[in-house]
Amino acid sequence: MNYTVDITISLKEGMLDPEARAIQHALSDLGFQTEKISTARVFSVTIDAVSKEGAEGRAVEMCERLLANPVIHCYKTEVRE
Amino acid sequence: MKFAVVQFGGSNCDRDVFHVVSDVCGVDCDLVWYKDGLKKDYDAIVLPGGFSYGDYLRAGAIAARMPVMKDVIRHADAGGLVLGICNGAQIGAESGLVPGMFTTNEYPKFICREAYLRVENTTSPFTSKYTPGEVISIPIAHKEGRYVASPDVLETLESENRVAFRFCDSEGNVTEASNPNGSAGNITGVLGGDGNVLVMMPHPERASEKVLGSDDGLRLFESMIAHCEAQ
Repeated sequence: MNYTVDITISLKEGMLDPEARAIQHALSDLGFQTEKISTARVFSVTIDAVSKEGAEGRAVEMCERLLANPVIHCYKTEVRE
Repeated sequence: MKFAVVQFGGSNCDRDVFHVVSDVCGVDCDLVWYKDGLKKDYDAIVLPGGFSYGDYLRAGAIAARMPVMKDVIRHADAGGLVLGICNGAQIGAESGLVPGMFTTNEYPKFICREAYLRVENTTSPFTSKYTPGEVISIPIAHKEGRYVASPDVLETLESENRVAFRFCDSEGNVTEASNPNGSAGNITGVLGGDGNVLVMMPHPERASEKVLGSDDGLRLFESMIAHCEAQ
């Protein structure tokens, strides 16, 4: 069965996020004052697996082996119902 | 003696390194397409600069996971020299040849200019022809060159003398102002393995002939050659 897993890769707390900082400045120029902005990347991956848990396990493995770099990233996976 | 330069899709400094090794230094050098793998025994392997896989996902992340990198890691584990320059440094870090990683510059734009480096370690196979604390001028050209590592890793790098180069000013002072990309501790050259791996963001191949404005990078290749000759 096909399961779609949303994988979110974000920067660990405290990591410098130069892109977010630039966006925050640009929003400020447009009159939007923000307290904090952080960026993240989302991958939607459709996997043929025997179970929801199996699909999520594969997604976690993808994060560990390629999608995230543990030096700066954390990740979360969510299987769509 | 034989060097190899690994070419990935998107490498663009491969021929520059080839030119310096073969024409300037007079050492036999192969350009090896990544899909062909490393089929010969080499004394030194260079991962050149460029934009492998368009820097998709993270700079160097995809190239680091190509089968040829297993050959490169095997070569390093056997004590062979591996030099990663710019995108090659990002690939080297992503593949675990050195700890830490190179990510988006503190000010997130592409920087292409001369940079002063202080030589921190002159006992490695890459830096033996420099003098301790020497200030050299080598160009940088990157947007993802900010070295990041955990505090533990940074401490180990310092205690094990694994920092090869640091950004500095023309007098050799390591300051915030002389750090073009926000690298931790101004670090821009990291030694891995038993000192037989060096990854660095600056481009020594672009500073290996006087006509280019600086030949400070040439001694890095000459150090590697001297090391290989002594083996």
